[in-house]
Amino acid sequence: MAKKLPQPNTSSTADIAFLLLIFFLLTTTMDTDTGITRRLPPPVDEDVEQKVEERNTLVVLVSYDNRIMCEGEEIQLSELKDIAKEFIDNPNNSSRLPKKVPVTIEFLGDVEITKPHVISLQNDRATKYWRYMDVQNELIAAYNELRDELSLREFGKPYDELDEPHQKAVAAYYPQKISEAEPKTY
Amino acid sequence: MGKFKKSGKTEVGELNMSSLSDIVFMFLFFFMSVTTMKEVDLKVEVKVPQATELTKLEKKSLVTYIYIGKPNRQNRARMGSETRIQLNDKFAEVDEIQDYIAQEKGSMKEEDQPYMTVSLKIDRETSMGIVNDVKQALRKAYALKINYSAGRRDNSQMQ
Repeated sequence: MAKKLPQPNTSSTADIAFLLLIFFLLTTTMDTDTGITRRLPPPVDEDVEQKVEERNTLVVLVSYDNRIMCEGEEIQLSELKDIAKEFIDNPNNSSRLPKKVPVTIEFLGDVEITKPHVISLQNDRATKYWRYMDVQNELIAAYNELRDELSLREFGKPYDELDEPHQKAVAAYYPQKISEAEPKTY
Repeated sequence: MGKFKKSGKTEVGELNMSSLSDIVFMFLFFFMSVTTMKEVDLKVEVKVPQATELTKLEKKSLVTYIYIGKPNRQNRARMGSETRIQLNDKFAEVDEIQDYIAQEKGSMKEEDQPYMTVSLKIDRETSMGIVNDVKQALRKAYALKINYSAGRRDNSQMQ
């Protein structure tokens, strides 16, 4: 007959687990990192200069004293989003605003979009970072609003709630083209 | 008279503790899975700007951090109050970024390398000059996916 082993005393497992629990409680940082995600252009040779038509570019300049110039005129930050939206969308097919080119996008069919447009964001070396982020934020807000409007119009849902292929289609309709040029000193 | 028996002290049964450790273990596993260890000791002061169009940084293992700001009080005597770059645990210059990125990239799994994100934690009051230098260095190092770290702006009013 096998000898019966005594039951091990388990009362200390709770203590050990508590100890570990308290350790992890103290070291936990629950904060999630948020920010504005951007994609940098790959490095290019200095002398290769891309020529972009004048009507296709929107120059946004943030000066050393944190003022915003858009196409040579000083504007307020609150005006920037609407200017950018009109520029990106070109709703009335104006000849001053970016050229519309026909493309075929899944789910949306044959459409005309302002594919060659570029928003050129320029700044001075002395520009403050918070100002630069304000401007970036407004430009991205312009894109996000346009995408939201389009997806509500076409699919009846805001952009965030679309599934991935539809999101891609909407993103292809309004491709994000913000060029962060190297700074110039004026 | 004997309807109610005068009982002596009722003995309170011993509480069964065996499920306690299970509950505690459950908590433990929850906290273990959400824990991210504090990455580095900050040597620079970073107060990130605020924005509304934010995206969440996912997959912490793919993220590399670069801190830019003025040295904090403990380091000010040694490093001065000029804006500095911090990589990992030490101060660095712009030209060290490329090596740092290459090193961080090397320590990642090969299939993860294209998804590497660089989170730039930059103080609000930094001038763009140094930010641009860092950006150019990142371009040269082919770390093209970047994230300007920013907090959420509660009210929609702007300066």
